[in-house]
Amino acid sequence: MDGQSTPADKILLEGLVETDRVHKDCYVSEEVFEKELEHIFYKSWIYAGHESQIKNKGDFTTFQIGRQPMILVRGDADNFHVLFNRCPHRGAMLTNRHMGNAGHHFICSYHAWQFNFDGSVHAIPSPAGYDDTRFDKNDQDACMKAAPRVASYRGFIFASLAADGPDLETWLSGAKAAFDDICDRAPEGEVEVVKTCFRVVQKSNWKIFLENQLDALHPSITHGAAGRAAADVEEEIKAETGQEAPLQYHYLSAFTTPIYKWDGLETAGHKYGHSMLQGYMGLRPKDPDTLEYEAVMEKAYGKERTDEIFNTNIHHVLVYPCLSVQSPLQQLRAVRPLGPNETLTEIWHFRLKGAPEAIYRRSLHYYNLVNSPSTMINADDLYNFWRCQQGLTSEGGDWVSFHRNEGQDYHEDGVTTSVTGLSELPMRHMFTAWAGYMKGEL
Amino acid sequence: MSKLIKAGTQQEIEQFLYNQSEMLDTRRWQDWIDLFTADGIYWMPADPADEDGDGIPSIFYEDHYLMRTRMKRLDHPRAWSQSPAPRTSHLVSNVQLDAAASTDKELVVRSRFFTGEIRLDKQRHFVGSYTHYLIPDGKSWKIRLQRVDILNYDAPFDYVLQVWL
Repeated sequence: MDGQSTPADKILLEGLVETDRVHKDCYVSEEVFEKELEHIFYKSWIYAGHESQIKNKGDFTTFQIGRQPMILVRGDADNFHVLFNRCPHRGAMLTNRHMGNAGHHFICSYHAWQFNFDGSVHAIPSPAGYDDTRFDKNDQDACMKAAPRVASYRGFIFASLAADGPDLETWLSGAKAAFDDICDRAPEGEVEVVKTCFRVVQKSNWKIFLENQLDALHPSITHGAAGRAAADVEEEIKAETGQEAPLQYHYLSAFTTPIYKWDGLETAGHKYGHSMLQGYMGLRPKDPDTLEYEAVMEKAYGKERTDEIFNTNIHHVLVYPCLSVQSPLQQLRAVRPLGPNETLTEIWHFRLKGAPEAIYRRSLHYYNLVNSPSTMINADDLYNFWRCQQGLTSEGGDWVSFHRNEGQDYHEDGVTTSVTGLSELPMRHMFTAWAGYMKGEL
Repeated sequence: MSKLIKAGTQQEIEQFLYNQSEMLDTRRWQDWIDLFTADGIYWMPADPADEDGDGIPSIFYEDHYLMRTRMKRLDHPRAWSQSPAPRTSHLVSNVQLDAAASTDKELVVRSRFFTGEIRLDKQRHFVGSYTHYLIPDGKSWKIRLQRVDILNYDAPFDYVLQVWL
């Protein structure tokens, strides 16, 4: 699973990515998809879960790295492991649950082989049967295979199937800001996962989802209906109750923000394909809940640092290729490609430790209204993604256009910044990293 | 025994539930919303163990204003994924008046549903149970809370739910 390109790959990948457009095969080709798994998903760091999901010994959660079924499990207090979900005896999956506690060991349901949480063998029934055979329970072939590298940044755990490569913090580079922003907004500097994971399947390529996250041109068009509906109800609430509508309506009505306002924002591309959209819908109201929260924050951090934290102003960070993080709303979506035409998203949100309940509810409302399976927002996104995927499989053209504001990006200290929030810089930037990974250069 | 449970209540409630699902299948959103009390809630838990949807993650947790928002989106000409509009057919059955949980002011009714949906030439099915908390309202009833326990609450959703089930 190393990322070295072979000559055959070079022929396959030749000419797919240009500076301002990419070939449709990047989205629809089975062969290209297999190469993406090999060169990108099996080489980079992939999000596994949050430390608060696995607090006690034996707590585990399962996830996919490309096609590989993995288990993230808590060993002792100071360690956790990422193992392939496969018994080395006859290949059975060790667990088929999304999360749980394995007790003291993983026990295979087939022949009761037992494994410690680092993957080593704890016990095998009737061990005498292996006397005088080549089998050695201390051999790595007898153990559950572990991901070569596992690391966490501020509680967010990633695993890599590549033994070599940049360490997690180096790889995250500018995308560390997502996790710093989430954690710093907690008076205690940490977040805790809420153990509900919404899972939604998109009938489209994984890259279409990532591209859409930083596509500031689409919200007022794709989400015009939902945004308009919420804006109407905001007015009605005001008229009927004499009070301002709760903040959650603003989450929805903000999707009607006119295009010219997005123009004033900025996107930035960091090394390894990560990117972010800065500027937000003005989430610093002066209601009593916010003021109480600010007071708790000032007590924890002091006024100057609190202002610095609240002025970070990140809308969205993409940790390429596996995560979309909305740090001011404490949520993330993990991207699990299932095939060129199908992508699973796993949607999580977090509590800010030490923050008032009302602040959690803001995150919750966004989670329930925008990211849940009853979303009035993503209903139209997923529909557009599906339409893109359908159109891209046609012979109606070979290229996808990312020309918008091409050639106008600023480059400084390894960061590429857009001239406008509407620039297609994030798409070009992700494909620059894509090509780098595919050629084995990243 | 709740004073609300009388001879004929079973049939009356069954008709009420059939009527409610008919409103969804014929896209009469406002009529459907009007079945709820002013503070009525439509709740689809993310976990069947949840006892109250307030302040926890839910698949749906909507009051009148959120229902109205959803309705306005569905009826908006630029709700792209409503073109063509998905079609549904609800079957409601196994209707049981829960005498133990009902009081003199509120009737608790349990039932099960099976809903088919056609969207973009594909068919989906949704199954689960309803629990209606009903308040007498003249000759009919109003819904204080409708709890919808969908069986696949924790399984990946293939696309999303745009409309109440």
